[in-house]
Amino acid sequence: MATASGTGGAAAPRLDPNAAPELCWFEQVRREDVALVGGKCSSLGELISAGVRVPPGFALTTHGYARFMRDAGVSGEIPGMLAGVGDDDLEKLEAASQAIREKIEAHHFAWELEDAIAEYYRKLSVRCMVPAVPVAVRSSATAEDLPGASFAGQQDTYLWIRGVDDVLHHARRCISSLFTARAIAYRLRMGFPHEDVALSVGFQKMANSYTAGVMFTLNPGNGDRSVLAIDANFGFGESVVSGEVTPDHFLVNKITLDILERTICTKEITYTVDAKTQKSVKIETPFERQNVQSLIDDEIVELARMGKVIEKHYGRHMDIEWAVDKDLPAGGNIFILQARPETVWSEKKKAQNETEAKAASAMDFILSSLLAGKKVS
Amino acid sequence: MKFPVPHDVKAATIPGTEGWERMYPYQYQFVTDDPVRNQYEKEMFWFYDGLHYPEPLYPFDTIWDEAWYLALSQYNNRIFMVPPVRGVDHRMINGYVYISPVPVKNPEEIGSRVPHFMERAGHYYKNWDALEAKWKVKMEATIRELEKLEIPRLADMEDISVVTDAIGESKGYHLLKNYDDLINLGIKCWQYHFEFLNLGYAAYVFFLDFVQKLFPSIPAQRVTQMISGIDVIMYQPDEELKKLAKKAIELGVDNAVCFSQEWTQVEEALKKLPKGVEWLTSLNLSREPWFNVSTGTGWFHHDRSWNDAMNIPLNGIQTYIQKVKAGVNIERPMEQVRAERDRITAEYRGLIEKEEDRKQFDELLGCAKTVFPYVENHLFYVEHWFHSVFWNKMREVAAILVEHGIIKDVEDVWLLRRDEIKQALWDVVTAWATGVTPRGTQTWPKEVEWRKGVMQKFKEWNAPPAIGTAPEVIQEPFTIVLWGVTNASLADWAKVAEVKDLASVKEFKGFAGSPGIAEGKARVCKTVEDIRQLQEGEILVAPTTSPSWAPAFAKIKACVTDVGGVMSHAAIVCREYGMPAVVGTGHATKIIQTGMTIRVDGSSGAITVAR
Repeated sequence: MATASGTGGAAAPRLDPNAAPELCWFEQVRREDVALVGGKCSSLGELISAGVRVPPGFALTTHGYARFMRDAGVSGEIPGMLAGVGDDDLEKLEAASQAIREKIEAHHFAWELEDAIAEYYRKLSVRCMVPAVPVAVRSSATAEDLPGASFAGQQDTYLWIRGVDDVLHHARRCISSLFTARAIAYRLRMGFPHEDVALSVGFQKMANSYTAGVMFTLNPGNGDRSVLAIDANFGFGESVVSGEVTPDHFLVNKITLDILERTICTKEITYTVDAKTQKSVKIETPFERQNVQSLIDDEIVELARMGKVIEKHYGRHMDIEWAVDKDLPAGGNIFILQARPETVWSEKKKAQNETEAKAASAMDFILSSLLAGKKVS
Repeated sequence: MKFPVPHDVKAATIPGTEGWERMYPYQYQFVTDDPVRNQYEKEMFWFYDGLHYPEPLYPFDTIWDEAWYLALSQYNNRIFMVPPVRGVDHRMINGYVYISPVPVKNPEEIGSRVPHFMERAGHYYKNWDALEAKWKVKMEATIRELEKLEIPRLADMEDISVVTDAIGESKGYHLLKNYDDLINLGIKCWQYHFEFLNLGYAAYVFFLDFVQKLFPSIPAQRVTQMISGIDVIMYQPDEELKKLAKKAIELGVDNAVCFSQEWTQVEEALKKLPKGVEWLTSLNLSREPWFNVSTGTGWFHHDRSWNDAMNIPLNGIQTYIQKVKAGVNIERPMEQVRAERDRITAEYRGLIEKEEDRKQFDELLGCAKTVFPYVENHLFYVEHWFHSVFWNKMREVAAILVEHGIIKDVEDVWLLRRDEIKQALWDVVTAWATGVTPRGTQTWPKEVEWRKGVMQKFKEWNAPPAIGTAPEVIQEPFTIVLWGVTNASLADWAKVAEVKDLASVKEFKGFAGSPGIAEGKARVCKTVEDIRQLQEGEILVAPTTSPSWAPAFAKIKACVTDVGGVMSHAAIVCREYGMPAVVGTGHATKIIQTGMTIRVDGSSGAITVAR
């Protein structure tokens, strides 16, 4: 079934960035295209190229963004709207943010661009064989997701968006989220010019997830690189990413793919799609399901295998969002939604490297270990 | 963690056992009449050595405890000068042995021991292989000496050669002397036992430690897997059974070998067949020394060897014959084990980020691989070969005591301490020389009967896993490795111990001994004799296993033990066979009953019981 396969569908050629495209398919970009489609989208393109199963989608590039901002007349006005606003003046920040965001959200895309987005969206629906395919609309920032400069969470994600009008509307909301009071304050503090900010918007087929969550290619608890850690809950991954539930936690040996630890938690909420409104909703998990393992062992192992591939492809530790699609049969139903470099332990290790002692002979090591002893309590 | 005060445990004497202390050496007692010693005992951490002693010790069997009490402690404290630790102290409650590593507390003293340790232990590590070769020579000479040792009967009239050769010594004197020689050989053999062992364990445990520091989530079994696939002689007895099974089929005597479970009947049948005689010749070649393997750990007098209990190896041979005829490959998958070992080692090594760590890893892995064969092989020489011969020599001594009316049955001898036996022999020998009745004929039979009752009550007693005050760290390598005294195991044991009704436990934990998950019917085998009841595909639940249990592993799909760490026999064999094992659960044989459906997760160490 090729409906949702990232590598299936239209075999689009690699993009020529010099052509300043305003839209492109994920599979046309690679990780070096951050300037064009932001961290998230470029990373999805990269994943597809690595052979990882990713829900298909397309991106409004930074050129598309820039054009919109020009057309909306915002680009030129921002400096004026923010004049005299300090990074600690909350009231003024809020007021300026509101004004900018309203202006952005009220403005329509130029009709050529609007048509182009609609056409990409239609093609995506055809590829997925779902009319008006539900998509996740996400901002993909160019400065985001870089190790050491995590802007994560500063821009919004809108789930389960259907139909061209809604897609366009949420694309604008994503763009406007660049100008939350917090984001403005952050840039002011970092001395980052607002006009240099660029954003891409990703439109990705919603995985109709039965279960979803995150995966680290190391143990976030202790930095152990020989394991993968998986957090999972029923429904969309929102509940796990936002920390609204204590997810099921699995630890998998990276070398042998043994499941080393299974911690099944009481998972009280689920994000799912409301059948009537076709919107993502948060519901209380039926009582009898709250303590059920949300990811079965075979899926855990399959996911871990994908984690290994991703880590190997990038050559570094990764932080991965994934989902198990309920519309698809086992064996082809696990998708990677996002993958970005893990930052916490990567930084810590660099710091450690400088203080670490040299390798000792076996004898010296045995002696120092004897002296240290084994902790009992 | 809170553990009972040793003296409180001891004070709760089991009714009818009052005075049991005289069955054991006096220094093994927890005391209340010596304030200094009493205080010391309260402050120390004593844990029940269930690995070696799943049951209470008979007075005579205490010999090996005394032997290693001395040997381990002297090597740590007086020979190698292990800096932070002296010896391992021993106590006994109701026949159960409690041990406690004694730390060196003064930092200055620790420091002053360091250079000596580096020189002395360093010499052994550096020259390991050459010294180990020497060890084998010493050990085999000791066993040969034991085999040759004569336990003379006392004749009414001494042989004429005593006169004609002017020997000048009587058989009575020889009996006393040779009994001493017998005991001394036993003690000597244990001197050798610990010559390398603690250094071996240290290399092993700290390699484990180092890898766990690099990879905090790595299961210990994965580290030990990096040292798997090295040929050790502990597998040889089992290999001999396989060889004999194949030989029987080759000679066409397999039906004769399989026709009865009674060795004597099978032997009779084989003697009548020409090819059967040929097979028996092969068998006899295998028996020395390989059938000296004990059916238990070798630590107890009732651990008979295969040579003593031929039905057991016969059962193993029969199992293998059936497997071979069914077209099953009975060889250990050594190539696979080695390939998997190399893959795992390389992958973990590849994850090490720093060059120094990689170098350290190589260094320690090399060291662990060097010491590994000794850590395994010494068991065959000492606990199996030597002990099996030794127990039978002791039975010859016992036969003389029976003959002279001191005890009623040969097997009563184990109820006497070794020094009491010496006294009784003096009683016998002087009475024999004088021509009167030994005094002991009136006193010992009664005492033996009483002691039998005491032993029975001891067996029914549940020894608490630990008593006294838990220290923050343990620095004694032997204790760390074999008992796996970790926070986790003690906490898990304590958790189960708190449950009054063991029949209600649905889930408990042990050490993840060998990876994989298996579900099936449990078969609780308290001794190796019970493995005959094992059915294909059952899960073996045992107090502990030893090499003589090897044929059991050809039938089962998983193994659970009460005692043992990731280096214990069960864990090692299961890893070689690629089947799950959970070891060191503390209470599995009490919680699980034969026929129950259980789930064994050898990767996490969890056991689930379907109730």
